[in-house]
Amino acid sequence: MTDPPAGPVVQIEHLSVFYGKQPALRDVTAVFPGGAVGLLGPNGSGKSTLLKALLGFVKPADGRMSVLGFDVAVSPSEIRARLGYMPEIDAHIPGMNAVSFVAYCGQLAGLPHVDAMQRAHEVLYYVGLGEARYRNVETYSTGMKQRIKLAQALVHDPDLLFLDEPTNGMDPKGREEMLELIRDLAHNKGVNLILSSHLLPDVEYTCDHVVVLHQARIATQGPIEELKGPRGSVFELRVKGDRVAFARVLDAAGMTSKAAEEDIMRVFVPDEKGALALFQLAAREGVQVRHLRPSVPTLEDVFAQAVGEE
Amino acid sequence: MPIHDQSYRHYKGQRAPQGRAWTVIATAGVKNMLGKRAFLGLLILAWLPFFYEATKLYLAANVPQLSIIAPSPRMFRDFLDHQVVFVFFITIFTGAGLIANDMRANALQIYLAKPLDRFEYIGGKFAVMAFFLLLVTWLPATMLVLVQIVFAGNFTFVSSNLFLLPAILVYTGIETTVLGLVMLALSSLSKSARFVGIMYAGIIFFTQALFGVVVAVTRDSAFSWMAPSSNLMQIGDLIFRLPGRFHASGLMTTVALVATVALAVFVLERRVRGVEVVT
Repeated sequence: MTDPPAGPVVQIEHLSVFYGKQPALRDVTAVFPGGAVGLLGPNGSGKSTLLKALLGFVKPADGRMSVLGFDVAVSPSEIRARLGYMPEIDAHIPGMNAVSFVAYCGQLAGLPHVDAMQRAHEVLYYVGLGEARYRNVETYSTGMKQRIKLAQALVHDPDLLFLDEPTNGMDPKGREEMLELIRDLAHNKGVNLILSSHLLPDVEYTCDHVVVLHQARIATQGPIEELKGPRGSVFELRVKGDRVAFARVLDAAGMTSKAAEEDIMRVFVPDEKGALALFQLAAREGVQVRHLRPSVPTLEDVFAQAVGEE
Repeated sequence: MPIHDQSYRHYKGQRAPQGRAWTVIATAGVKNMLGKRAFLGLLILAWLPFFYEATKLYLAANVPQLSIIAPSPRMFRDFLDHQVVFVFFITIFTGAGLIANDMRANALQIYLAKPLDRFEYIGGKFAVMAFFLLLVTWLPATMLVLVQIVFAGNFTFVSSNLFLLPAILVYTGIETTVLGLVMLALSSLSKSARFVGIMYAGIIFFTQALFGVVVAVTRDSAFSWMAPSSNLMQIGDLIFRLPGRFHASGLMTTVALVATVALAVFVLERRVRGVEVVT
C-alpha cells in the first residue's frame, strides 16, 4: 500500500450523526494520530457509529471527516481501499471455507487471484487459524470467528485498521493472543489502527493514544501516558465513617472517587493538592482515614475522571 | 509457538483498479452455483428443448415432406415461452439466497467495507442471475438461429426475418432484467433463502390467479399488466411482431414493467446498506 500520511490518520470536525431523532454523535471533533489509538467509551456512547461514519456507512447530519488525507464525503472508495475493518458483530461470507473467504476479501479489495490466495494463507497463519483454514467458517467457534474477521481485514495490507470490539466473546487465552496480535501489528508491523472497545485494559495494553467518547460526545483525548500523567495524583483510601457521604464531599471538592475493592476507594486528586487536601477534608467531615496509599494512575482513572462516573 | 511468530508482511504487488469488484462477486457466485449437482441437472434439463427444436430444424431443412415444421419467428417465440418453466426454477435456485444469505451472515458489512459501493455489489449479484437466465434463454435461442442457417445452408430465413436476432436479445434482456431485479429485491427483504423462494413463487402464482379472476369477471384480458409473467408474455409477443395474446396495450405493458423494475431498484436501494438502522 502507499505510504500513509505522516500526520494524523483520521481527522473529525464537528461531526454529528442521528438515527432518526436520536443523536448518536454530537459535535465530535477529534484527531487520531498514527499508531494505535483506542476509541474508548461505555456501550452506546457512539464508538461503532463513529467507525461506521468513517467508513461511509452512515451519513452524518453535520461535520467533516478525513481518513488518510481523503475526505470521507468525496473519496469513500479510495479510503476503503486503504482500510481494513473488523466489525463488532459476527460477519462472514456464507458457504466458504476460511482460505476462500479471506482470499475472496482480498480480491474484492483489488488483489489478483493468485496474490489474494497466497496472502490468505499467510494471514490465516498469522492470526492463528493456519490449521483450520480449510474448514467452513460457519463451523468456527466465537474466538475463531474473531480471528477470521481480523484476517479478512488484514489480507489486502491496509494502512489503517478499524477494530470494533475485537476481543468480544473470547476466552481469556484467546483474548490475550488477540491483544498480542493487535499490539504486534501496531508496534512492530507499522499498521495504524483504531481499536474501539469498552474494555479499558485492552486499550491500555495495545494503544498509545486514546479518544474517550461518552454520551455521544468526546470526553477526553490524547496520549495515554500524558492523560495518566502530571495533572494530579491517585490515592487508595480507606476511611471509617459514612463513606458514601464522604465520597460526595470529595466530588464536591473536585476530587473524583470510585469504589475499588470492598472498602477501598480510589481518589483522583487534581493539580498539586496532594494527600494533605484529603486529610483536611476528612478532618473537617469527622471521618477517620485508616489507609492512604499513593497509587499509579491507570486509564481507568482517566476514564472515570473524563466521564464523571463512580 | 505463540501465534504471532508466524509473521505478517506487507504486500508490494499489483492491485486492480476500482470498479471491478462486481466481477469478483459475479465469478464467485457463478462458480458457487456450478458446484451444485442439482443445479447442473436443472441446467441440462433446460437445454433439452434446444435439442428438440434443433432436430426439428434439421428435419425441416432435409425432409421436404415436413414443410409443416418449417421455421418461423413464432417458433422462436414459442421456444422462449416454453423456457419460462426453467426460467422460473433457475430464478429461484440462483437468486433466492444471493442477498438473503449475505444478510443472514452479516456479510454486507464485509462487502461494503471494501472498495466497492452498493451498486457494484448489486451489479455483481445481478450478473450471477443474468448469466444463468441468459444461458437458458438468449444463448439457446440465438444458437437455434445459427443452427437453422447451418442446416439450411443459406441465409434466406434470417435475411427475411432480420428482426429475429435483435428480438431475441431484447426480449431475453427484458425478461432477465425484470425477473432478476425482482428476485434480488425479494432476496434483500429476508434472511431466509427458502422464504424468499416461497415469496417469489407466491407473487408469480398469486398475481397470475388474480389476473385470471379479473379476466373471468370482466371477460377482458386488458389487465394482463397485473401479473409479471403475463406482462412478459405480452411484451414478448409485441417484440416478436406477433399479435399480443392479451388486450393490454403496449404502452401499459411497458409502463407496468418499468414500474416493476423501479420498485425493485427502490427496495434494493433501501435494503442494501452497510448498517441497518432501526429507529
